[in-house]
Amino acid sequence: MFVARSIAADHKDLIHDVSYDFHGRRMATCSSDQSVKVWDKSENGEWHCTASWKTHSGSVWRVTWAHPEFGQVLASCSFDRTAAVWEEIVGESNDKQRGLSHWIKRTTLVDSRTSVTDVKFAPKHMGLMLATCSADGVVRIYEAPDVMNLSQWSLQHEISCKLSCSCISWNPSSSRAHPPMFAVGSDDSNVTYGGKVQIYEYNENTRKYSKAETLMTVTDAVHDIAFAPNLGRSFHVLAIATKDVRIFKLVPLRRESTTTGPTKLEVQIVAQFDNHNSQVWRVSWNITSTLLASSGDDGCVRLWKANYMDNWKCTGILKGDGSPLTGSSGQPSAMSTVVGSSIQTSQNALNGMSAGRIAKRASFAPPLRQLTSPKINQSPAYY
Amino acid sequence: MQNISGIRPGKRMGFAWGPGDILVYETQNKASGPTGSGCAFIHVVRKDEDIYSPILRKLFNESHHIFVGLQTIKDDLPSKSKKPQFVSISRNYRSVIRACMEELQQAVSILLAIELIWNLCEVLFIDAAPAGSLLLHLLDWVRLHKSDVDEKAKGVLQSDSPAEHRDYWDVVLSYVLQGRLEDTRKMLMKQAMLQPAAKSMYKLMDSLLSKMPFYNPGGTQTLTEFDVKWRNWHEEVDRYLKDNSFASNQHLEVICKILLGDEDVLLEHKELLSTWYYFLITRLLYCHPTVKPTELHYYAQSSMMMFLDSGVPEPLDSILLAAFEFDIHQVIKDCSIALNNWWFVAHLTDLLDHCKLLQSHNLHFGSNLREFLLLEYASGLFTHHSLWQCAVDYFDHCPEFGRVYLELQIERVPLDTERKALKVLRICEERQMSEQVRSICKIMAMRAVRNNRLGSALSWSIRAKDAAFATLISERFLQDYCAKGTFSDLDLIDNLGSTMLLSDRLTFLGKYREFHKLYGEKCFSDAAKLLLSLMTAKIAPQSFWMTLLTDALPLLEQKEVSPHLNIGLK
Repeated sequence: MFVARSIAADHKDLIHDVSYDFHGRRMATCSSDQSVKVWDKSENGEWHCTASWKTHSGSVWRVTWAHPEFGQVLASCSFDRTAAVWEEIVGESNDKQRGLSHWIKRTTLVDSRTSVTDVKFAPKHMGLMLATCSADGVVRIYEAPDVMNLSQWSLQHEISCKLSCSCISWNPSSSRAHPPMFAVGSDDSNVTYGGKVQIYEYNENTRKYSKAETLMTVTDAVHDIAFAPNLGRSFHVLAIATKDVRIFKLVPLRRESTTTGPTKLEVQIVAQFDNHNSQVWRVSWNITSTLLASSGDDGCVRLWKANYMDNWKCTGILKGDGSPLTGSSGQPSAMSTVVGSSIQTSQNALNGMSAGRIAKRASFAPPLRQLTSPKINQSPAYY
Repeated sequence: MQNISGIRPGKRMGFAWGPGDILVYETQNKASGPTGSGCAFIHVVRKDEDIYSPILRKLFNESHHIFVGLQTIKDDLPSKSKKPQFVSISRNYRSVIRACMEELQQAVSILLAIELIWNLCEVLFIDAAPAGSLLLHLLDWVRLHKSDVDEKAKGVLQSDSPAEHRDYWDVVLSYVLQGRLEDTRKMLMKQAMLQPAAKSMYKLMDSLLSKMPFYNPGGTQTLTEFDVKWRNWHEEVDRYLKDNSFASNQHLEVICKILLGDEDVLLEHKELLSTWYYFLITRLLYCHPTVKPTELHYYAQSSMMMFLDSGVPEPLDSILLAAFEFDIHQVIKDCSIALNNWWFVAHLTDLLDHCKLLQSHNLHFGSNLREFLLLEYASGLFTHHSLWQCAVDYFDHCPEFGRVYLELQIERVPLDTERKALKVLRICEERQMSEQVRSICKIMAMRAVRNNRLGSALSWSIRAKDAAFATLISERFLQDYCAKGTFSDLDLIDNLGSTMLLSDRLTFLGKYREFHKLYGEKCFSDAAKLLLSLMTAKIAPQSFWMTLLTDALPLLEQKEVSPHLNIGLK
């Protein structure tokens, strides 16, 4: 059902983040070995490391790509209290022949007094802008007014969230109906402040970000947060990685034109999954927001999908099996494709209709004698 | 559950979404510093969908054409004239399926199953045969998918003594079970010749076989009339059985019992029937040939239960049963579960939706289901380096979310070459996706600037209608000129035409180059006038005034020019 290939990453310590570029042809990895590596995918699908360099003086927590409209630009953030912006320089011809490229630092953002835990570029319609969040509970928003001069970044906003921040996510919606918005999650153990997720919205009048909402029902440490791509919807969808996986719907409420302050948001919980049965560390959406992936301390990556009645179910699980890799990198490794029972039972009929006949995982073919029926790949095609 | 080699069980994994795949790596909670445990591998995991098979790609391409054709069938035509079209389209899909089958042996069984299901859906739902024709269609259906009889028959007929071949009676019985009575008679003739003593018995059987009535939908006989005739024939066969006309020949007696629809005898020949649905059709043929569509489910359920005494149905069985029960919804659902990709359910559901069958089942999400499946299918295509172009048409025909899905996904198509970028652009321009057009052009322009291909960058900026960027690049051109004394990309600048109005700087660039041309052609008067207008129009950047004045110097020496210039410069 899934095939896997392996790439020898060669980092000398744990990898904390992996990020695809916009087109999925390049990839950046960052590690506790303080370096970032950039990989390029060749035409035959092989990944080659085209750059590897020391970026910080501490573990690098996150790495992220800017939109290609701004060129080849990366941002990284680290335990060393800084975030940095990098730009790829078109190299010498012999470098190109060797398949190498060169990245230079354009700026270091040194305003934080503590570990910078996340860095994310804003949606492209906002220009070249990024947000960082730190363990000291401050979110900082920087802008590069001249996209051709990436060494000039100015700190535009400094927002104190009062809780140690672990993750940040911009709302990707470019609709004029939605002012710029981001969500920040906290892994603070302080129980005085109830909600560990805060939503901030930009106000055109005050030209500042102000808090629109705190998700009070999220009281445990939040490790990751992700707005879903907006498909022209009026409402927002937000996924949260905490002690479980949660999906929220944030519905902007219509308000009087005379009221100031951020939009009032109605918060609805859409789904909550505790299948990981442990802390959930990452959540991420696919391009069309039809699939959510989550990873947890149970050592699994789970895929979640909504059917067209908006009921969410798990449609796949990836898990390490401890077996050594066979062959060199690029060779497909041996896979066992056993579908977990959780998927079988979750394959209930749509929306309350009776389950009907549950198919046995047997060969799917008319029993013609001259043909051997291949084993059907059990696809969790939940629709 | 998918196991990944090389990741230790229980180890937390980080991941990142990619285009059609996901990257997974082993990591840990945020420790405060280096942990010293090197990380060896990143794993690229993708769904093993048949989309990557080159054979099925052909299927996708061909069905794409059929799909587009179907969408253009006018809605306002009366359904009577549309049905043959729908049947024809259904057959086209099936012929595409069969065409691909020939090439791909490995996946043939799955495709056979799909064809089997689709064929049944066509008979029951799309063609919607009424009683009488229904059985005939079902007979065709079973015969189409049980062609191994002919293989065996060939073997028998090619032998020295066919009637003594060990498969002989199997072939005869199989013919009877399929209602191929002409073939049965021909075969029996060979046996009859070997047994002259039993001549009259064989003659009798031959006569009974020849007299079995088959409904003729195009004929003048009504269904009721046919039914009467058939009952009479049935009673006649029964009489001959009861008076032991075939008692001395075990084989002929079996045939006789089959003709009477004796279920026990039919079940004794499970091996020849091989499936419960074959058993069902045979049962109907010899018990109830005027079966109505609404009666099918009863016979189907009982046939399945009688045939599968071990009980547990396989996925294919459930799907076919759901079809016999006219539970389209269940068919679609079961197919989604059993099949590896969305191709089948997406196309079939779309066709059924066009036949207005989903709505008639009182499902308020009728057309949403269609769109949902098409979106899933097309999204899967989009990650493929060439099939993504097919996907575009599918999105075009999803009225609610098609456009936004297309916008989101087409932006992500890697712009490997200029040719590909132009292809993507054309698609966006055709659909007035102006933001995507602008973005793609900007990406290409940026790429060109980074690689110092100013001409390309300029032409992409113009296409993006990006005045700011065009200004920037024009500046670069002018800087280059100051540095080197010549222009690069003259062709481009000379042919700007009205596009030079995009930005002041660009206009200046275009006009400045024009000035140079005029000067080169020794049209000094015109050159001077142009130079003057450039200076006075105030579109020249300040940094360039020195250059312009320097350019003016040689012109001052030209006698015809100096009066103009003298006045202007004052």
